[in-house]
This record gives sequence, C-alpha cells and structure tokens, in this order.
Amino acid sequence: MIDVFSQLPILLVAIPLFAAPICVLLGGRWLTYLLSLTVCGTTFAIAVGLLQQVGKFGTIHYEIGNWKPPYGIEYVVDPLSGFVMMFVSALAAVVLLYGKPSIDAEIPRSKHYLFYACYLLCMTGLLGMCITGDLFNVFVFLEINSLASYALISLGRTRRAPLAALQYLILGTIGATFFLIGIGLLYQMTGTLNMSDIAGRLDTETGPRTLLVAFGFMTVGLFVKMAVFPLHSWLPNSYCYAPSVVTAFVAATATKVSVYAFIRLVFGIFKPDFAFEQMPLGALLIGLSIVGIFVASIAAIFQDDVKRLLAYSSVAQIGYMLLGIGMATTQTLTAGIVHMFNHALIKGGLFMVVGCFVLRLGSSRLSDWRGAAKTMPWTSLAWAIGGLGLIGVPMTAGFVSKWLLLTGAFQAEQPLVAGVMLMSSLLAVVYVWRVVETLYFSEQLSPAVEKSKEAPVWMLVPMYLVILAVVVFGVWTPFSVGLAAEAAESLLPTDWDSAVTNMDAGGAP
Amino acid sequence: MSVEQFLGLYNYWVVIFLMMTGFYIVIARNNLIKTVIGLNIFQISVILLYVSIGKVSAGTAPIVPPALVSHGHTEVAHGDHASHGHSAHHVDGHSAGVKKKNGKHADADQHDHGHADDHDKHDGHAHDHDSSKLGATGQEGESSDDSHDSSHEPTHDSHAIVYSNPLPSVLMLTAIVVGIATTALALALIVRIREDYGTIEEDEILELDRAA
Repeated sequence: MIDVFSQLPILLVAIPLFAAPICVLLGGRWLTYLLSLTVCGTTFAIAVGLLQQVGKFGTIHYEIGNWKPPYGIEYVVDPLSGFVMMFVSALAAVVLLYGKPSIDAEIPRSKHYLFYACYLLCMTGLLGMCITGDLFNVFVFLEINSLASYALISLGRTRRAPLAALQYLILGTIGATFFLIGIGLLYQMTGTLNMSDIAGRLDTETGPRTLLVAFGFMTVGLFVKMAVFPLHSWLPNSYCYAPSVVTAFVAATATKVSVYAFIRLVFGIFKPDFAFEQMPLGALLIGLSIVGIFVASIAAIFQDDVKRLLAYSSVAQIGYMLLGIGMATTQTLTAGIVHMFNHALIKGGLFMVVGCFVLRLGSSRLSDWRGAAKTMPWTSLAWAIGGLGLIGVPMTAGFVSKWLLLTGAFQAEQPLVAGVMLMSSLLAVVYVWRVVETLYFSEQLSPAVEKSKEAPVWMLVPMYLVILAVVVFGVWTPFSVGLAAEAAESLLPTDWDSAVTNMDAGGAP
Repeated sequence: MSVEQFLGLYNYWVVIFLMMTGFYIVIARNNLIKTVIGLNIFQISVILLYVSIGKVSAGTAPIVPPALVSHGHTEVAHGDHASHGHSAHHVDGHSAGVKKKNGKHADADQHDHGHADDHDKHDGHAHDHDSSKLGATGQEGESSDDSHDSSHEPTHDSHAIVYSNPLPSVLMLTAIVVGIATTALALALIVRIREDYGTIEEDEILELDRAA
C-alpha cells in the first residue's frame, strides 16, 4: 500500500493532467464541469496539505520514479512554491465555481468540454512550473500552460480573439524559446538540469561569459511571459478579447507564476551576488518597473473597455512586484512576494466583477455600464471594494504589500522609488474612480442597464469570497506576510541585507 | 580568434544565422503563415544548438555496439576500466549494459546465436533494400572496424569508443513535440482568422479592425 500523503507532490500535477483528456473523452457540459470543479477542489486541498507539511517539516523533496536527483526529476515544495501553488489552485477552483453562467453565455456549447480540458491543462502547467526543481521541466510546463492559454484566449466571442491569441502565441513562443536557449547554455556549462545542482556547480565569480548570455536570454524570455513593460504588448489584447472567465483566471495567476519562475532563476540558480552585484539587474528592474508603472497606469486611465483598463493595470502591478525584487532586501522581496498573492486576489476578483457585468450587460465597455449600480448593486459594490484594494487603501490587501514595499524602499535608501510609488497609486485612484463614477453617479442609464438585473447568486458568492479575502488579508496579515517573509529569508543569503547596505555605503562615499 | 577557431565553431555560426533569420521573418513579415514559418526556423536553430552541445567530436550514439558485447568477460573489465574515462555518467550506463548482456549470454549460452542474428540483419539490409545499400554497407564497415579494433587491441577498445551526450537530443525530442503543438495551434488560429477576416495579411486585418 503506497502512502498517499508522501505522493502528494506528484498527485498535484498528475490529477489535473490526467483529468484533462478524461474531460475530452467524457464530453457533455455538466459532467465535465463537475469533474473539473472536483479536480480543482482536490488540487487546492492537496496544495493546502503540502503547504501545511512544509510548515511542519520543512522543504519537501520528491524524487519522481525514485530516480535520485540530479539524474531524475525532482519536485520541490518549499515555502515559496507552496505559497504560490496554494493561491493558484485556490483561484482556479473559485473562478471555475463562479464561472458556469458566464461560460454558458460566452462559449459555444459544443466546445465546453474542450474548454474545461484546456482550463485544467493551463492549471497543470502553472502548478508544474511552481513545483518542479528541474529546469527543463520548467520549460515543458511553461509551454503546457502557454499552449492551453492560447487556446483558451482564442475562445472569445469576437473575431479579434483568435488574432489576440496568435499575437500572444508568437511573442510567447519567442519568450519560451529564449528561455530554452538559456537552459541549453546552463546545461552546457554545468552538465545538469537540476536547479539546486546547477546553483552548486555554477561558478558565478570567474565563470565564462556564457553565463551572462544564459542569464540574459532567460531573463528576457521570462520578461515576455511576465509582461514587463516594453514586452507587454501581447497582454492587453489577450485579456480584452478572451472570455471573461479565462481573463479572470489567467490574469490572476499566469503572470504571477512567471514572476515566481523569475525569482527562482535570480535567487535560486544564479544567486543574488551575481544578479545584483556583477549584473545591473537591480537598476534594470527598478528602471523598467518605474517606467512601466507610469506608462501602463496612464494608458489604463484612457481606456473605455474595462477589461483593457484592468489589463494595463496588471502591467503596472507587475512593476510593483519587480520593484520588490529589484531592490533586493529581505523586506522588499517579502513585499514583492506578498504582492503576487494580493494582486492575484484583487485582479482575480475585479475580473470576476467584470465577468458579471458582461453577463448582464453584454459588454465590457464603460459607456454601456452607466448607472449599473441601480440594477446591480452587489456587483458594483464588489468593484468598489476590489478597486480600493487595487489602489492600496488601508484595510485592504493591496495596502499591506504596498506599505511593506514603501517602507522597504526607504530602508534601502531609495526615496525616489517610494515617491514614484505614491504618485502611481494616485493614477490608480483615477482609473478605479472613473469606473465607480460611471456605475454610481451617472444621470442617464445605459439602455442595456435598464433591462439588466443583478448577477446570479452562484456567481456572486464565489466573487465575494475573493473580494472578502482582499479585505481579510488586508487586516489579518500573519499568514500571507509570514509565509512570504519565510520564503524571502530562505532565498537570500543570511547576511545579505547588511552586505547590501555596506555596499551602498562603500559605493557612495 | 584565429580562422581555424572561427571555422571550428561553424555549427554555432549556423545556429546564430538561422536564429536571426527566423527572428527577422517573425518581425518583418506581414503574412501570418510566413510569421509562423519564421517562428519554426527560430525554434529549429535552438534544436541545432542543443544537438551541437551534446555532440562529442567523433563520438557515436550511446548504444553498446554488438562487437563489444559478444566478447565476453574481458569487456566487463573494460567497462569498469572506462569509468575513469570521458564522462562517468555515460560509461556507468554503458558498463551496466555490458554486464547485463554478458550475463544473459552466459546464462542462455546464446553467444553464437546473437552473433548470427547480427549478421542476418546486415545481410537483410544489403539485399532487400537496394536504395539503402550504401547506408547498410557503411554500417557493416563500421561494425567490422570495431571488431577489428577489439580483436587486435582489446585493452584500448573501450577508450576508442567515444559517446556523444544523448541528453540534449532527448530534450530536443520534447522541444520538437512542443514546437509541433505550437505550430499546429498557430495554423488552426490562422484558419479561424482567415475565416473571419478573409485575409492573412496582418496589416489588412488591422485595417479591417480599424474600419469596424
């Protein structure tokens, strides 16, 4: 009798992976929906179980097929990957629970079972990227996730959806191939693909120049997947034309998992000494994030389509996470990791709100939403709460991470960054308020609004679950911040912070 | 960098050339199909890069040649001997394979039978497929070379065989599968775009969108 609990790491990936083809074989709308919902729920339960085990016994190493690493593939669950997997699977389950009416309305019925299969594959890819300790495996899961999300995005109702998906496919494939080149060069230098083994063998002090090339390729590849500012052009169209459920899921999870992979790359494989002292990664990240935050926030202000508005806002929010990574102290890194979680909740919640409006009003254009607070009060309230979180008002999750980042910026003696953050939050106020104003204070109702009624309870309940989580994690921080701090400490060398300040003091006499 | 070094790295120049070609096509072409072709060239350049990484000069595929297997005990010793050699990784596998095969042969006493089988195979190649005759004779030549070597200088045998690293090729099998999936999905999307817009020229599509 195999001990099921010791097999949890592989089950986390295997269950959704095998459920996807079963969905295709079963067919039928309800059957596949219930199956994928069960699978998402199970996956979430497994992720929570793993996180608990990590909390109790420390990092879990799972050797697939009992092949010893570095020969075999190793799955690693540590505080960081456990944390990311937990919220990815949680959002996958909640979004699916919420999404049935929206899926019925937006996706042709004959394609439902394929939709669920893609959804499960997309989740598999994301979880696999988090859990695996093997670099090539990261690439494979990245592509599983990407291919599934291209297919999901192309399911949108308008003819622009396939085009958006194709544009994403081209950019995404180039990004993934860049990542693959980097893996090849690392393998050439070390002869191994296991991440911790590579980290042990890589001579970052006196190594060959290939090291820089590999690092550059992998960074740029992941920048595309993260939608970092100059490489974000695929994101607004994809989020805008994809079905609402897909947008809610992908926007909440996909870019965060890429950020996670980037954190692993910088801190786990190349080590911060190399990335921040030999390479100007800190300056690069801070520079790109600041420009990205401003450009994307300003672009968001001028959007009429709310999905597109939120998409640009996502590009800006990725900037905050990268700021946290770029300043590279324990506190800012903690802030970056917490912001991954908080932003997943906030953006997931807000896109779910948009999904409700699209279901009832048939449009995501702001001009069609005038006065919707009268007929859809609960949905509108959810937008207001989620929007406060996005701005970073106290008592919401957004505040927690931004506050950590802000104080961290002062500690790292980067007052400019702190100032920029405050300014950019004002921009967020503008675009969130535009929607609130349209919903609550429009004199004239849009024609669609007059005929509309409140979204179904089955959508409202899961949506409020996420929106309330935004509030709960804004007040009760030990869980999210505690885990993130633990993860950040395990990523950075023990005396890193003092080393950084010494370096700064030495660099600027 | 001397000219010889420059030419010695020719496979990497090919990789870089293909990569840039593919990248240029992706960026510069308006036609969606051509973009996908460019994407393919780009991916293929990476496959060549990996294969170049794994290839050891004058190395063969990491399969234990029949000549080595059929020589009984001495080869086992060579297998162990070789583990001091090029790369512990492969030679471990190789010597294990040798041991296993030897054991089997000794148990079943099918030494000669195995040998005969090999000959049958070669003969079959040469006679049945005229078109593949060249390849088959080449193979035979190689294998007879091997047996020649091993019979005359048995102690150097395991050193003479250099294996290429198979792992990059294995990784590329996965990458090829991923590439095919990507291409298939891209073509499927282009079919749908063509159905909706009636064209696969990107600027015409954008024009149509602007007009709508």
